[in-house]
Amino acid sequence: MPEQLLQQIVNGLMIGFMYSLVAIGLTLIWGVMNIVNFAHGDFLMIGMFTSFWLFTIFGLDPLFSIPICFLLLFILGIAIYRFIVSKVMKGPMLAQLVVTFGISIFLSNLAVYFWTPDFRLISTTFLQGTWDVGGINISVPKAIASIGSVITSICLFLFMKKTKTGKAILATEMNRESALLMGINTERINSLSFGIGAALVGVAGAFLSTYYYIYPQVGGLFGTIAFAVVALGGFGSIEGAFIAGILVGLAQTLGGFYFDPSYKYAIVFMIYLITIWIRPQGLLGW
Amino acid sequence: MGKNLWWRMGLCLFLLFTFSFSAQAQQKIIKIGAVYPLTGNIASTGLDCKRGVDLAVDIINGKYDLDLPLAKSEGLPNLGGAKLQIVYADTKGDPKNGMSEAERLIAQEEVVAMIGAYQSSVTKTASQATERLKIPYVCSDSSSPTLTERGYKYFFRVSPHDAIFAHDQLVFLKDLEKSKGKKVQTVALLYENTEFGSNAGKYLKKYAEEFGYKVVADVSYSANATDVTSEVGTLIKSKPDVLMHASYITDAILFTKTFKEMGFAPKGILTMAGYIEPGYLPAVKADGNNIIIRSTFALDLAKKKPLVAKVNELFKKKYGIDMSENAARSFMAPFVLADAINRAKTTESEAVIKALLETDIAGKQVIYPWKGIKFDPQSHQNVYAQGTLVQIQNQDYVTIWPFASAAKDVVWPFPSWKGRK
Repeated sequence: MPEQLLQQIVNGLMIGFMYSLVAIGLTLIWGVMNIVNFAHGDFLMIGMFTSFWLFTIFGLDPLFSIPICFLLLFILGIAIYRFIVSKVMKGPMLAQLVVTFGISIFLSNLAVYFWTPDFRLISTTFLQGTWDVGGINISVPKAIASIGSVITSICLFLFMKKTKTGKAILATEMNRESALLMGINTERINSLSFGIGAALVGVAGAFLSTYYYIYPQVGGLFGTIAFAVVALGGFGSIEGAFIAGILVGLAQTLGGFYFDPSYKYAIVFMIYLITIWIRPQGLLGW
Repeated sequence: MGKNLWWRMGLCLFLLFTFSFSAQAQQKIIKIGAVYPLTGNIASTGLDCKRGVDLAVDIINGKYDLDLPLAKSEGLPNLGGAKLQIVYADTKGDPKNGMSEAERLIAQEEVVAMIGAYQSSVTKTASQATERLKIPYVCSDSSSPTLTERGYKYFFRVSPHDAIFAHDQLVFLKDLEKSKGKKVQTVALLYENTEFGSNAGKYLKKYAEEFGYKVVADVSYSANATDVTSEVGTLIKSKPDVLMHASYITDAILFTKTFKEMGFAPKGILTMAGYIEPGYLPAVKADGNNIIIRSTFALDLAKKKPLVAKVNELFKKKYGIDMSENAARSFMAPFVLADAINRAKTTESEAVIKALLETDIAGKQVIYPWKGIKFDPQSHQNVYAQGTLVQIQNQDYVTIWPFASAAKDVVWPFPSWKGRK
């Protein structure tokens, strides 16, 4: 069945690109600050709801709400860092561990309070339907989201390698003390990378809202997979998270198709286990 | 000093009297525990069940001109007009919370009976707690057959279970062939992998084989999935005539979208649970059309049962929306319990159990197309419970089977996705 094989590869790539985009924000925050952002999935949920409400109230197509999601989540990320996370960074390890977890519970319950636990879908964007390419069905919103994910990831990559701020983030990631000695304001870098991490997942939320249902707990599903992706790619490695996202997407659809769909997540985590057995630091971690 | 002491003692006595007096004058309250998923993945469903329960309690506690048990009297007349009070606990959809919350309700809130929990896996653990603590549990919204196969003394189920539903769906396929000449040969099974789905799948498989259909695919999956393209790919590969799907709501939405995206259109899609929840149609809109769902309730029953229209009117007045199947199922448990407690004239467990076993509610007193409510002495399953099938037509649920009580003709085969918006 080569047609179904190709179909599954295409589907795997499309969901994989989405995982990548969700995971690169998470890995950035981890790399710079060494804290696990458990609220990452909830940032995604807020991005999705932002896009949903902009569409419902102002009729703004999700594609145009991407910059707004980016900005809003950037501000939210910085605010959460400044007012909550930075205070805890000086505290004990356990406090650092639970603070983002608390933010996660707070955000998802706040969403239940304001927007009820109902499911919502944006169904009338101009990104609807499927393309039939030689017998393979390609969902238009998923394809656009995949392209968007690649472009966003390349932008982040260039930003990190070419700009001074990006290099400062990388330097902080590699060695905080030395970066501080070189005159980098690491506190500013912290809040900036928390903001960028949140903003990236906001963009992912806007793309995801074009084809996935939106509800307050939606972040949990993607958040859990994002952790596996980040660990597989190597904590802190943006390229690693990008490649690992695609790998996880492919493993999930192909593994599910060729073995048994009920084992698809087991296959994903098996690959993860084998990888960290051979390379404990992840694919591209150091 | 002495004077001061007397004064204080007097005040104490005065307070003691006033409080004991007010406690006596106060209306007697019967506390019933309800465990539902009020937050988490299927919180929208939990909220819907809660609406049904709350309306039932309104009707029992107040005076209504409806032919429902205890509707015409205020509270429970045999217990001096005692009122029901529901104490809710949130399971978050997790079986371990089902058990711990049931225990907490019994120990701390001192509830005398339990209802809920919608998800069969949660009902299973919650009823383990009530069985151990000897508290009656009346369930009208969980459908896993195993719940009434355990021989529990304190557990009763009002609604039909999935073995009945599964059997119904295959009888429907046979009827379709007999009276409409539409032949079906192969079926594919798709079900979520917890208590509810895997048991529904087991019975669908059993009956499909007994009825002589070939099962060409047997796919289980996790309801918390981000993507189900490999599942749908497997289904497409097996080329079934009919798909039978047991799902919760999130997966129902995701599968509908994926069916459309990948162009999967067998002759018929017969489903359970998720597709009939109030969150489903608003989310998928016209993409839900032509899907067939097992049901115990549909608003078009009102044509033959005026009670349904009256209850729905009250529901609409209270919540601003039509009564859904979930709300309608959860609606019945408080009546069954209140009726039993009223006849038992006490809230003491053993007496209530005895009364529950003697329950005999007439068909005209329920909002479903059943002959009534009467529990099997061994399994404690309602012997009259049966299902119907509804189909989504023009974004509305209409009864299509049994053909005798159908409101509209079934749309068969399922039209291809091409050309549908």
